[in-house]
Amino acid sequence: MKYLIAIIKPHKLDEVRDALTEIGIAGMTATEVKGFGRQKGQTETYRGAEYTTNMVPKVKIEIACAADIAPAAIEAIQTAAGTGSIGDGKIFEMELTSALRIRTGDSGDTAL
Amino acid sequence: MKRMLAIMGAAGAATLLATPAIAQEAAPAAEAVAGGTAYILNTLLFLLGGFLVMWMAAGFAMLEAGLVRSKNVSTQCIKNIGLYSIAGLMFWIIGYNIAYPHGGEASNAIFGMAGTVYSMQGVGIADTDTGYSVASDWFFQMVFCATTASIVSGTVAERIKIVPFFIFVSVLTAVIYPVVVSWEWGGGYLDTVWGFSDFAGSTLVHSTGGWAALIGAIIIGPRLGRYVGGKVNVFPGSSIPLATLGTFILWLGWFGFNGASQLAMGTVGDVSDVSKIFVNTNMAAAGGVVTAIILTQIRYKKADVTMALNGALAGLVSITAEPLAPTVGQSVLIGGIGGAIVVFAVPLLDKLKIDDVVGAIPVHLFAGIWGTLIVAWTGDATFVGQLVGVLLTGVWVSAASAVLWLALKYTIGIRPSEEDEMTGLDITEVGVESYPEFSSRM
Repeated sequence: MKYLIAIIKPHKLDEVRDALTEIGIAGMTATEVKGFGRQKGQTETYRGAEYTTNMVPKVKIEIACAADIAPAAIEAIQTAAGTGSIGDGKIFEMELTSALRIRTGDSGDTAL
Repeated sequence: MKRMLAIMGAAGAATLLATPAIAQEAAPAAEAVAGGTAYILNTLLFLLGGFLVMWMAAGFAMLEAGLVRSKNVSTQCIKNIGLYSIAGLMFWIIGYNIAYPHGGEASNAIFGMAGTVYSMQGVGIADTDTGYSVASDWFFQMVFCATTASIVSGTVAERIKIVPFFIFVSVLTAVIYPVVVSWEWGGGYLDTVWGFSDFAGSTLVHSTGGWAALIGAIIIGPRLGRYVGGKVNVFPGSSIPLATLGTFILWLGWFGFNGASQLAMGTVGDVSDVSKIFVNTNMAAAGGVVTAIILTQIRYKKADVTMALNGALAGLVSITAEPLAPTVGQSVLIGGIGGAIVVFAVPLLDKLKIDDVVGAIPVHLFAGIWGTLIVAWTGDATFVGQLVGVLLTGVWVSAASAVLWLALKYTIGIRPSEEDEMTGLDITEVGVESYPEFSSRM
């Protein structure tokens, strides 16, 4: 099993979700986060004082999936979340050791 | 509001004599309504104006709630509802009789007392010889007292404990403010000796609150982390809609603040004057807003909404010393300059490391001084007379406030601990979070 973490632009969440459900991914978790990479923040002024927002709002999505579908999921996320401009985000893939459905006790691939 | 010798024109019956708070410039003595009707209309003006000014307390509360950070919103709310109530109590206990000590006689005095607790007339009794119900005048004056205290609340927000704040407000509303009132509306020193003119309180209310706020900000110090390493750090407000709503509420209330300061509505001339005051008041605010928007757009490439809100209020404060005499054009200009003052003064205070959370010092003190001095152009006053009023008020309020803030600082302490200030006063002072569902606490 694989665990995917993707940092994407917030307004891309719906598109990414649709793309993933289309290829059969059954669940995900989304969190609002802040971060920076090559996309720097912006300078704003509040009551005459300048300040730089060096953390930009993003959405982090996390998906546990079967190993064989992971490449397709990664590609789906990349296509849906990409805009071509700096700040599109990143996708990370990790090995997932185990998974358990709390309600039924299913484990392994059937828990996903 | 001038001294109350409302000249009510021809009809004999309900005329007016000196009463606490007296003497007005010659309102055109036009067709007066007879007897009890004039009494009723005059009283009505005080009642309507009075509750409009009371509503300004809601305006201040929302403006401040919107401009502080989420963790301090409950604290601002309790400060505002508390100060409004304390002001009423203090004004009843002693304030009114310090503000109007001479019973309508002119006096050179700097201080006097006409008694202690305000004793209201009994049921069914109408003091018709004054031309208006004294209880309605007490009510109207009381809400002005509360407005003065509200001004201080915004400046010192986010780093003051509520007990020392309420103690300061108690003394401000019981003594400091009433003494200033006695010099002008109470027929005292400034009015009698200098012909000082402050129709609705640019100096008496707004500058008084402003001086108290300025001294407080200096003695208490800025919020933690605000001025670090030569930089000005920004703490954005938690709700721009609340701040905007608060400003509009204040704007609305100001029609009562300035309009009812005509102190009479029983003649055609008087009610016409009240109408003119409404117009000038509105146009000054409009001038302030537009000026602030244009200037911030030019200076920062973006129009800062909080400066536009401050611009409206500065415009209103600027016209408050003389909202009747100017032409509409003059009102727009006076308000516009008030708006400009705010745009330049807000960053200036930051340069001086004076942390004014809501801009009350530029809006109420600086624009209040401007509004007072410009009466020498638009109204019946001399520049020197106006300047004396500005300076005397400044010296008295600053000195009294300094003594009081310092006494509080070195006895019970004014600031919360650093850790409490970082946690947020809503948790440490009030025990009630304003936005618990959005709290990062579990």
